[in-house]
Amino acid sequence: MSNSLNYTKKRIGFPRMNLLTTIGCSLFTILIILSFGASIFAPYDPLEQNILSRLEPASSVHWLGTDVFGRDTLSRILHGAQLSLIIGLTSTGIALILGTVLGIIAGYRGGWVDIIIMRIMDILLAFPTLITGLLIVAVLGASAVNIVFAIAITLMPNFARVARAPTITLREREFVEACRALGYSDIRIMAFHIFPNVIGEVVVLASLWTASAIMIEAYLSFIGLGVSPPTPTLGGMIRQGLDNILDAPWVTVYPGFAVLFIVLALNLMGDGVRDATDPKLRG
Amino acid sequence: MLNFIFKRILSSIPTLFGVLTLVFLLVRVVPGDPALAILGDAASEEALQAFRERMGLNAPLWDQYLSFLGQIISGSLGYSMTTGEPVLTTVLRVLPHTIELTLFAIFIGVIFGVPLGIWAALKRDTWVDYVCRIVSLIGLSFPSFLTAILLILVLAIYFPIFPVISNPGNSASSHLYNLILPGLSLGLIMTAYVMRTARSSILNVLSEDYVRTAKSKGIPRSVILIRHVLKNAMIPIVTVVGLYMGLLIGNSVLTEIVFNRPGLGKLIVLSLSQRDYATLQGLMIIYAFLVVLINLITDLAYGLFDPRVTYS
Repeated sequence: MSNSLNYTKKRIGFPRMNLLTTIGCSLFTILIILSFGASIFAPYDPLEQNILSRLEPASSVHWLGTDVFGRDTLSRILHGAQLSLIIGLTSTGIALILGTVLGIIAGYRGGWVDIIIMRIMDILLAFPTLITGLLIVAVLGASAVNIVFAIAITLMPNFARVARAPTITLREREFVEACRALGYSDIRIMAFHIFPNVIGEVVVLASLWTASAIMIEAYLSFIGLGVSPPTPTLGGMIRQGLDNILDAPWVTVYPGFAVLFIVLALNLMGDGVRDATDPKLRG
Repeated sequence: MLNFIFKRILSSIPTLFGVLTLVFLLVRVVPGDPALAILGDAASEEALQAFRERMGLNAPLWDQYLSFLGQIISGSLGYSMTTGEPVLTTVLRVLPHTIELTLFAIFIGVIFGVPLGIWAALKRDTWVDYVCRIVSLIGLSFPSFLTAILLILVLAIYFPIFPVISNPGNSASSHLYNLILPGLSLGLIMTAYVMRTARSSILNVLSEDYVRTAKSKGIPRSVILIRHVLKNAMIPIVTVVGLYMGLLIGNSVLTEIVFNRPGLGKLIVLSLSQRDYATLQGLMIIYAFLVVLINLITDLAYGLFDPRVTYS
């Protein structure tokens, strides 16, 4: 038991922060504060239209200009980013829980349970990620809940694979054998003895997969399968701005950079944490 | 080798079968009546009924499933609900555009990514390495529509060198001319992925004993680099290229929308909006087939770089 806990601590450790990781964490914190405080920080109502100020370039009145309906781009980006982050974080969270549970069950039980679970994961991985998400959202209808579900399903197999691999070796370890000898139930062993040893590796990858989740959400809303308008979504804004790319490129470019910053912050963070916990990649 | 290919194809049959069943079931639960969506509100009840009869929408589910499997085995992949054309014909008309785009992006990714990755690995912990790493991290955080939009703005609008709308013509030169911008927009992201993988896998190989041995034998640096380091570092690079090729085929949807370019992505978006689920399920099968094919080619490519890999 104490052996297993030590193992966990060693694996997760406290991330050795380098400059890039620090930048990533700070950027992400700022983005979280700005987007979740969108109703405080946004200078305008993101839905307020003003026909007199259509497609205005950046100015002191509208810091990032206005779109085709005269709506303030900055306010819409902040609200859109909030939605992106909520969808990205919840869908990754759900994918992490489902994937880890399935991966541990597959790895621990082995045999036909393993074959069936991993076959289903293979089927899900047989489509390009975006296409799986696209089909699920198209089938269920574009709403925030369905988008979260679709992204969670597409990301789940990755977590299952990461959780399954260490489970297979842990299954043979002495402390697990000891648990079995003590007559613990499989569920108890998986929940209290395997899970704490696996979760570290899974969580390390979570921020990288959150980045993918946010990217997929932006792609879906760009294609027109996002949360329906007038709710601002970053992908939707980019798509709409594309129509006026000749005379007002900022309408499409700024929300694009917002997606870039969010994804970059998550990638920097994820990279740093992974490097710090994986001795092979250190340096 | 042939034996290996045969076995691999055989072992992917259960997955493909699962894919078929999943697609069939998913597509059946699409809300909305396809007859109504295709014929429009003005269609009479008789016309709607006739359409459902013709498309086999009235048959029981298992019956539809069997005829669906039959259509796949016969190779037509069913008939489009809007044009009545075999889905395979429709797909094959646009597939070359998507394949061309993906291959071009991979090409860009490899010819820029591998040398940059080597350079960064050899200059480890110098400014070259830092710049390469930061640039590659930024590159792989770029949403592919953003690279597309920026390239259009700079190279098609401010400096009108390339066309805004990518509409490949018949001649080879017009094909290439229309391919460069969309290809670059995906290829630059690919470069970032390849560069990162190349750097870390070369760093791994550089610390191997046989590289030290080769150095101590006095073998010239360039020979060590090409014969020993690069060859061994290729396996992870090939893996990443294979992995992201599947991703690119999916993400080309965005590039195709931005550049208004024909391809699989445009087709899937169109068939979604028309509720043409015959085309939709045919497309999903093509996507799954392509991913399985790419995985197979990736496995075969390992043997090219690593003679220890045998196909038996």
